[in-house]
Amino acid sequence: MVMRRTVGLVAAATATAFVVAGCGGGGPQSEGDEKVTGGAIVLGVLNDQSGAYSELSGRNSVTAVELAIADFRAKYGDRAVTTDISVRSADHQNKPDLANSKAQEMYDRQGVDLILDVPTSSAALRVADVAKEKRRLYFNISAATTDLTGKSCNKYTFHYAYDTYMLANGTGRTTTEQVGRNWYILYPNYAFGQDMEKSFSAAIADAGGRVVGKDGAPFPNTSGDYSSYLLKAATLDPKPDVLGTMQAGAELVNVVKQYNEFELRDKGVSLAVGLMFITDIHSLTPAALAGTTYTDAWYWNFDQQNREFADRFQQETGARPSFAHAANYSAATQYLEAVQAAGTDDADTIVAELEGKEVNDVFLRNGKIRAADHRVIHDAYLAQVKPQSEVTEEWDYVRILDTIPAEEAFRAPSPDCTL
Amino acid sequence: MTALLQSTFNGLVSGAFYALLALGLAVIFGMLRVVNFAHGAFYMLGAFGAYVLLAEAGVPFWVALVVVPLALALLGMALERAFIHRLTRLDPLYNFLLTFGLTLILQDLVKLRYGVQSSPYEAPAGLRGSVDFGLFDFPTYRVFILGFAVAVCVGVWWALARTRVGMIVRAATERPELTRALGINVGRWITPVFGFGIALAGLAGVLAAPMRAVNPLMGADLIIVVFAVVVIGGLGSIFGSVAAGFGIGMVQAWAEAYLSAFPIVAQTIVFIVMAAVLLWRPAGLFGRAEAPA
Repeated sequence: MVMRRTVGLVAAATATAFVVAGCGGGGPQSEGDEKVTGGAIVLGVLNDQSGAYSELSGRNSVTAVELAIADFRAKYGDRAVTTDISVRSADHQNKPDLANSKAQEMYDRQGVDLILDVPTSSAALRVADVAKEKRRLYFNISAATTDLTGKSCNKYTFHYAYDTYMLANGTGRTTTEQVGRNWYILYPNYAFGQDMEKSFSAAIADAGGRVVGKDGAPFPNTSGDYSSYLLKAATLDPKPDVLGTMQAGAELVNVVKQYNEFELRDKGVSLAVGLMFITDIHSLTPAALAGTTYTDAWYWNFDQQNREFADRFQQETGARPSFAHAANYSAATQYLEAVQAAGTDDADTIVAELEGKEVNDVFLRNGKIRAADHRVIHDAYLAQVKPQSEVTEEWDYVRILDTIPAEEAFRAPSPDCTL
Repeated sequence: MTALLQSTFNGLVSGAFYALLALGLAVIFGMLRVVNFAHGAFYMLGAFGAYVLLAEAGVPFWVALVVVPLALALLGMALERAFIHRLTRLDPLYNFLLTFGLTLILQDLVKLRYGVQSSPYEAPAGLRGSVDFGLFDFPTYRVFILGFAVAVCVGVWWALARTRVGMIVRAATERPELTRALGINVGRWITPVFGFGIALAGLAGVLAAPMRAVNPLMGADLIIVVFAVVVIGGLGSIFGSVAAGFGIGMVQAWAEAYLSAFPIVAQTIVFIVMAAVLLWRPAGLFGRAEAPA
């Protein structure tokens, strides 16, 4: 009885906290007959600002968008369509319901013209629905699901940085060709992990490889232990050449630590990681991951142009940018350029302006905004973590093995998508 | 056979963490009647303590193993004096909420300073590599954890069973009024016992640092399972919490190894066992029905 009352009270307290947190933030007033609504452009960054994905994107993505605005102002000065450009941000805590209500609040009450980022696939899909309903723009950066350009695609949603197909195609195919044909796949048992497992299995089969075993680990994995799966990987017949882990964030850290503990590399099982950010390598140290291959959407030390952006970013944030940060910068820039070119922030006009456009900027190389499904395609990279002995600069942890051309990096437009 | 032995061993290692955490919870609950929700946060602080000492002062694992639990015991005792003891006379719910609040504060303070990304920590040089058991080899560090945790549990049992302090703690746990009536000052042992329980959580945290992701939320998920372990063992039962800790670790490992086609089973097995145990023995496996006052 006490327990039941306790749980009830805790639930009530938690609910109250959410309600309180959800309040605040009035909307801007719209008046006048300027080119853009209310004379102002408002960009909204909606992402995880306190949880597992807050380091790889989070508040530093707000900073990246601010850099984009500063650059836009510097470039156009008095000729800019408006000088009143601001950023709003909100924490969706990776909860789809919260993402949904925050997105509505941004569009309706804060006058947001464009929502950016939104990690966590389930949350991203809910925001796409809101964008469609409100006829306002949404550039997804940090979510991976191909459904955003598949069955859930819509006219106002663009998918910017990466997706599960890009990751599987890059890592799955190349690792099969270069490292070994037999795979054991370990994935977190929820939407993202299942999607990744399917994409990887398909890519591996296409490249002539074989998945000899696969397991869905509990998500979230409360025990933090993956040893049962790691031990199984070493005993499978035929023995896998590659352990493909689809875990992300802290769970990836657990898998890698235990992979090293059980010395699987010495037993001839290489590690391939489905999704990894530079911030993950920084936290695990390159020594723990040396030799691991993965697909990267962008790397800060790839060339001089990237490095210059990374230097500015580091001055502001103290860290090097992940690909999500660079993609947020690029997305905000391309949106502002489109508004400048069209002379209006009317969403339908901007969509027409963007569709089919070919772009090259700090993030998009050989970039193209596909009209058919709103997938933004660009060159992707096959990366390998350097051994500790070759790391000479903090954050410079990988070497780029191969550039995957934009047309090959992403899947062809899906027949499931009708905009 | 080898596979069964391996997964059993793994289960015992996971169970070692459950047992150390559940033991601390049981001791605290027995003496203070406080369900310490902040136990997971102290486990996290233990791991972070080890990390901070190594990263900022170069203090090795072995020293951290002693220093961190002691420091956390002091912190725990200070918190007990400052807040928790003021609420012990009220409904247990109040301390449950207080410690829940403490958890959020401790987590966010660490988050503020170190972010959510996991911090790196390596096993000490002497415990890397693996031990050959003939049938299979096993990481040295895991063997160490298992041996160490068993030693700590036996040590605590010995202290409770054979020392005068232990006798007072057991008496106060089982019959607080009667113990007081015999002229024993129960009150003066409350704060040290709370500190001791916290030290066990910190110890588990230090042990976890080399093999688990060290981040501010590492205790948040784990503590839910540990609560289930305590309920299965019997609330307040010292032996029950340790036995249930190791037992649940093994059951989870077996479920992961042999029922991997159904990940949902491995995910929920702890709670399935808890529900079954509560139906069969409402006071837990080793708990006694509410003692008459």
